[in-house]
Amino acid sequence: MTFDSKRRAVIGALRLCAMLAALVAVPAFAQEAPDALVKRVSQEALSIIKSDARVQAGDQAHIRDLIEAKIAPHFDMDRMTALAAGRAYRQATPEQRKRLADEFKSLLIRTYANALNQYRDQTISYEPLRAEPNSTEVTVRTQVNRPGQTPVSIDYSMEKTPSGWKAYDVIVGGVSLVTNYRDEFTQQVRQGGIDGLINALAAKNAAPPPAAK
Amino acid sequence: MNAVEPPQSANAAPPGSSEAPKAQAWGDHASATLRRVGATRRIAAACVATVLLGGCAMGPMREDPFEPMNRVSYKVHQQIDGKIVKPVAEAYVQYTPTIVRTAVSNFFGNIDDMFSFVNDVLQGKPDKAGNDLGRVITNTGFGVLGLIDIAGSANIPKGNEDFGQTFGVWGIPQGPYLFIPVFGPTTVRDGSGWLIRGYASPVNFINDAPTRDVLWALNLVDLRASALQTENVLNQAALDPYTFIRRSYLQRREYLVYDGKPPPPKEDEQ
Repeated sequence: MTFDSKRRAVIGALRLCAMLAALVAVPAFAQEAPDALVKRVSQEALSIIKSDARVQAGDQAHIRDLIEAKIAPHFDMDRMTALAAGRAYRQATPEQRKRLADEFKSLLIRTYANALNQYRDQTISYEPLRAEPNSTEVTVRTQVNRPGQTPVSIDYSMEKTPSGWKAYDVIVGGVSLVTNYRDEFTQQVRQGGIDGLINALAAKNAAPPPAAK
Repeated sequence: MNAVEPPQSANAAPPGSSEAPKAQAWGDHASATLRRVGATRRIAAACVATVLLGGCAMGPMREDPFEPMNRVSYKVHQQIDGKIVKPVAEAYVQYTPTIVRTAVSNFFGNIDDMFSFVNDVLQGKPDKAGNDLGRVITNTGFGVLGLIDIAGSANIPKGNEDFGQTFGVWGIPQGPYLFIPVFGPTTVRDGSGWLIRGYASPVNFINDAPTRDVLWALNLVDLRASALQTENVLNQAALDPYTFIRRSYLQRREYLVYDGKPPPPKEDEQ
């Protein structure tokens, strides 16, 4: 009898501990430092590339779902879209802004899915974060090392938001994604206005991806 | 082409060269004169740029005044590339063992390192110069004329300086953007650098013409093969590949000229 009640007490205590741990872990997660966040998400992505059979088989739809679930939440798509579209974004209606951000997001996810098979056999090194303790904007610097080739730097411009740190630009080897798209968006807006830009993105997203190598 | 001449303005003298102490000894007058020479040069460059811009008012952007012409070049490039260069590069990747391709990349990489060393010196970067010279000596001597990257295995960092970057460090503006069929994106400044490099390359000093031509072709195929995957991503990412390539190229070059620490871009949005 006593043994059984003791066991029940132990199990109850363990359960309580698990619940407490879960409670503590959630806010701790939200406050995760930006460099720790980049490291965690990158490692997660790398381990998925190495272990997931459907990713290795090149199942693009599956890869896109994974990116949508695991990586996209850590990006501030509204800010990225605002930066890339500039004045056109400020003049757009809320509905246009949303459609633009959604299409832009799809395009980035498709691009990333396409690029992913290049990331095999790569290791990432993380530079220590140089930032003031209470700054709200930081750049997290990483380096991708590929066997037999010059390493490529990948930097993330990040901002602090109520729901944790989020990236709003990725700079690969000095080439900023947002800056690149700013030229593209300006050109499309000049040709067909903001709706022309949204339609061009939608058409691009509807087209089959270029043949994978 | 004025970009080819060495710099004469006082502020552009690389540290450690004999120019800097001399300018101090001459006193303010001399350095002011030197600065004036630099200013004249800049004005001349500005005039040339204005003429170029005026002659081609179609170009919507200052950095790409020849855009209509460049876009035609880009189309020609796409044709040549799609029909000849790319299939050859793909066949090369498919039918050549990896070990051979690595050796080929290393061989041309060793020539890159040699030019990187020259440009480290021209930019006054002794540490990088030491690394690159170390790489060239190690790989040429012990790595069978650069076929094996022994220095890389020993973790000697590979530099990537070139003449275009050196001109940038010296303060020479990049000039108009150019797209040249087969060669790809460049600027007047970077293109001048590549011309110098092409003439000075050890490959050019090979007396046997067929060997020389084969090596140039192999160099091109090796470069093209290394870009096969990037191209695929580009086609997925870009609404207009011409614009995408141009912005990527210019950003990348700016980044390299400033050794990874370019001045922050103008935040004109938000």
